Amino acid sequence: MKKSALFAAICVPAFLAAAPLAAKTLVYCSEGSPENFYPGINTTGTSFDVNEHIYDNIVDFERGGTQVVPGLAEKWDISADGTVYTFHIRKNAKFHSNKNFKPTRNVNADDIVFMIERQWKEDNPFFKVTSPNHSYFTDMGMPALLKSVEKVDDYTVRITLNKPEAPFLSNLAMQFAGVQSKEYADAMLKAGTPEKIDQEPIGSGPFTLVQYQKDAIVRFKAFPEYWGGKAKIDDLVFSITPDASVRWAKLQKGECHVMPYPNPADLEAIKKDPNVTLMEQAGLNVGYLAYQTTKKPFDDVRVRKAFNMAMNKKAIVDAVFLGSGVPATNPIPPSMWSFNKSIKDDEYNPEAAKKLLAEAGYPNGLETDLWAMPVQRPYNPNARRIAELMQADLAKIGVKAEIKSFEWGEYRKRAQAGEHQMAQLGWTGDNGDPDNFLHTLLGCASAQSNSGSNIAKWCHKPFDDLVTKAKVVTNQAERTKLYEEAQKIFKEQAPWFTVAHAVQLKPVRKEVVDFKLSPFGRHTFYGVDIKGK
Amino acid sequence: MTTETMEAPAVPVPTATPPHPLREFWGYFSANHGAVAGLVIIAVVLLVALLAPVIAPHDPNITDTAIALKPPFWQEGGSIAYPLGTDPIGRDILSRVMHGARLSLLIGIAVVALSIAIGTVLGLVAGFFRGLTEIFIMRLMDIILTLPSLLLAIVIVAVLGPGLMNAMLAVALVILPHYVRLARAAVITETSKDYVTAARVSGAGTTRLMFKEVLPNCTAPLIVQASLGISTAILDAAALGFLGLGAQPPSPEWGTMLADAREFVLRAWWVVTFPGLAILITVLAFNLLGDGLRDALDPKLKR
Amino acid sequence: MAAPPFSVLAMLRFILTRVSLIIPTFIGITLLAFFLIRLVPGDPIETLAGERGIDPARHEQLRKEYGFDKPVIVQYGIYLARVLQGDLGKSMITQEPVLNEFSSLFPATIELATCAILFALLLGLPAGIIAAIRRNSIFDHGVMGISLAGYSMPIFWWGLILILLFSVQFDLTPVSGRIDVLYYIEPITGFLLIDTLLSDEPEAFWSAVRHLILPTIVLGTVPLAVIARMTRSAMLEVLGEDYIRTAKAKGLSRFRIVALHALRNALIPVVTVIGLQIGVLFTGAILTETIFSWPGVGKWLIDAIFRRDYPVLQGGALLLGVVVMSVNLLVDLAYGLINPRIRHTR
Repeated sequence: MKKSALFAAICVPAFLAAAPLAAKTLVYCSEGSPENFYPGINTTGTSFDVNEHIYDNIVDFERGGTQVVPGLAEKWDISADGTVYTFHIRKNAKFHSNKNFKPTRNVNADDIVFMIERQWKEDNPFFKVTSPNHSYFTDMGMPALLKSVEKVDDYTVRITLNKPEAPFLSNLAMQFAGVQSKEYADAMLKAGTPEKIDQEPIGSGPFTLVQYQKDAIVRFKAFPEYWGGKAKIDDLVFSITPDASVRWAKLQKGECHVMPYPNPADLEAIKKDPNVTLMEQAGLNVGYLAYQTTKKPFDDVRVRKAFNMAMNKKAIVDAVFLGSGVPATNPIPPSMWSFNKSIKDDEYNPEAAKKLLAEAGYPNGLETDLWAMPVQRPYNPNARRIAELMQADLAKIGVKAEIKSFEWGEYRKRAQAGEHQMAQLGWTGDNGDPDNFLHTLLGCASAQSNSGSNIAKWCHKPFDDLVTKAKVVTNQAERTKLYEEAQKIFKEQAPWFTVAHAVQLKPVRKEVVDFKLSPFGRHTFYGVDIKGK
Repeated sequence: MTTETMEAPAVPVPTATPPHPLREFWGYFSANHGAVAGLVIIAVVLLVALLAPVIAPHDPNITDTAIALKPPFWQEGGSIAYPLGTDPIGRDILSRVMHGARLSLLIGIAVVALSIAIGTVLGLVAGFFRGLTEIFIMRLMDIILTLPSLLLAIVIVAVLGPGLMNAMLAVALVILPHYVRLARAAVITETSKDYVTAARVSGAGTTRLMFKEVLPNCTAPLIVQASLGISTAILDAAALGFLGLGAQPPSPEWGTMLADAREFVLRAWWVVTFPGLAILITVLAFNLLGDGLRDALDPKLKR
Repeated sequence: MAAPPFSVLAMLRFILTRVSLIIPTFIGITLLAFFLIRLVPGDPIETLAGERGIDPARHEQLRKEYGFDKPVIVQYGIYLARVLQGDLGKSMITQEPVLNEFSSLFPATIELATCAILFALLLGLPAGIIAAIRRNSIFDHGVMGISLAGYSMPIFWWGLILILLFSVQFDLTPVSGRIDVLYYIEPITGFLLIDTLLSDEPEAFWSAVRHLILPTIVLGTVPLAVIARMTRSAMLEVLGEDYIRTAKAKGLSRFRIVALHALRNALIPVVTVIGLQIGVLFTGAILTETIFSWPGVGKWLIDAIFRRDYPVLQGGALLLGVVVMSVNLLVDLAYGLINPRIRHTR
């Protein structure tokens, strides 16, 4: 039988000899298989979690924070006009090796230039290898932003931008900018197997890949020559376990040490378990039900208000989030600056709702649809169950809601085109700015586009004026005021039934030392230690 | 399908006048205790399904989060008002299982009816016309049989979109080959028999021959296959529901209930146990009935 | 080799007919897989791009790249030509060749399926035989009752219940997976039971065995029921034959009769049934693998459907179809080979 490339992981002979129990092994029950080992084309956190350990970036985020810290670049200079970045690469960063390739040199400027050109220049021989869709690179606006990338000397790289861009450094710290070995790429190109660099990865990160078996396991070993010092654990294992309840069962039994995305149903048991700590962090997200405000009956604010009063938000959040979420009043989460605390949520009052609905011309209730996402999202653990609860509540005021669902891609497309009457959706922020919620999700620009995120299709001039103005004003106090006012209008006009803000929860076994939650939802195990064994 | 040889039941020694066929059938059938048990269970399920709105203690869709995940009455914390406990959003499981019986029976019967209707026609056509028509039809059936049935059903549901109706269509298509093969085989044996030749000689048209002469003579195996087919249909539709592709919530279809409650399996055993048990019992009943029918109806297997 | 030449010729013709029947089925499967999957709503490029979306220019470029801009018939032609050269394309999600993914996952499915069939045979054959010999005894009724229940089992539920009992309640078996992650086993054959024996860690073998127990039971339940019932009825039939009566009259011991004469002949229909169970087994594997997070082809295909990974679904369905066809062919051939001999012995 031909041994497949997936199986033929890189074997470190020394590892085979070592008894498995003598080494410090940390097992992470991950939720799925990585797409491949090239972060430049990855789009899922699942893949990034894997590749983050193999590759290094020019600069990095500090562990557990958003601060940019040195990575492969020891230091950097930025020109006064903010368009020229000069990176000084550290000289002691070594690459891993595998059975096909032994590096002859350390990380240098060639590798950095290769990382960018592979995603940027279509004539780079690796541009199309594995996939030409470098989606984060494109999304971050890099093609338009970059003017030139030059190697000044072996350990200095100069990047020139077309215009100043404050978040540029943070962008380079994102996982898509992981640095691969140019020397390895050249060798594989010569051997006629360029795709190998994305299947049997060589990076300079804190862990080397030992074995990958799809849907089963990703096995790493600490890289002893890592420039930042060898990791405290010897072996890192991702045990791929798609089912959340099974992940919990494994964590409980000690078959793994850390798990992401616990099932809300298990939270109670997780909190009680003496061997497990439940780490939590407020998430930058919101889950909501959007009314299609350009369609009858939701073009009438009284109907929207009546619906908001008819649904028992607390009961819904309690039953579905089971402690992993807080009821949402405003479209932005409470931890975000400019959150308007003075706003009161619509009270749950079916009687009043019925009256208001009659006033709006529907004394006998009405019929509508109610869309539920087919997938679990960070901001919504079970859209169907929420829909069922909403349906039952609405039935009490005489509204007959039919639950509908589509394939996830189809769902988003149709909702963005406004085909629904009521649809659930949500949002996770990228950069922590209220603009990212209020303008993106509720502004007129995105209501009018067929691919915009404003699925309520709500274009309300007074609101839009406020959030558009807040976009150009630089004074944060002034912006806060504008956003606070906008939230007030939002509540009065009720284009959404705001459901909840989910909390990022991570059950971790007690023997794990110094695991830190990342505001970006990453899972990084360099720097983490494990007690006992 | 499985075949089983039953011992000849102790029927009265044949007398001079042969008994009425129905009577004879009942004689064979009633001697098979399993088959009778199956029939009784089916009757009970049917009754529950028909009377569900009357006898179910609660509305199957009323949610009450205050009483979510109550255990069955014999466990601590349970109450007799919710005899089999409640699901994660406080719906009564007994009531849902009762209403689910309607869906499952509907699925079983509708799917098999559809499948038999199409399958018999295709089989008759293949058996009568032979030649290219037959090759085409039978090859197509071979292809359907070659692919894992669930995989095919899933692809079809993916094409049509998830939902009860589409799941039923998918299952009907997947079990189609059995009926086609059965009808074709019956036609081929029957057409070689004298009565068909006689009818043909006397000038009967093909369509007439197909439906008037041959079809009635292959109903017995079809009936047997149908009752076994109902159980397959219920199982497959539930499997689709379990994968989230069948009936959509809040519909109390048993497979969908299982899928919906699966995440609570570690915490509340009753939410998954009862819907599954309902599937098992109903399917078992149809299989018992099918076995009994085969033994009573199919003279070839009678010893 | 004193076989008369005409029978060899007949055999050859039989084989050729069977094989030639496979070709249209094979083409049919490629057609079905190819066109059915294209009817599924949703754009594979959108899926590929993920939740972040994709700009229209890049979208168009990728469509060209994957050949989705050509007429469907042309796409099918290209696809078929490649398939005939053994190229099943690359997964759109992982960019890994479909054949590689299949061959890395298939051993897991085969291992599970083999264990399930063995489990079914080891329990089903003796149960069926004893039931036939002690016909109408309590044992017979018990076996038949239980096997009918097994045959009626919704196996996705059965899996959950077994996990609930044995993994959660009694903590006897692991919840999911193929082996304890602490063991690093160099994949040589892909079959963990063999690879662990080849490695220098004997405990790893037991870990693999423990992981196999529940999935094997779940997947083996339906075949077990079928085999027990089939064996019983085949045995009953054979026990009623003249030659058995003759043997009995000759005073041969009951054991000899059953073991040497009856069983051999009763096994033939049983083997056929096992062959026919292969397709059923793959259906079961889809559900079993989903429940136990078993890294096999069933789960892989389900994921491919949800991700609209065209090449994987087409290739996977084709490969599975080929496997099922080959097994059926082998069973057919075996049956054809055994059949004349049976007539002689009678």
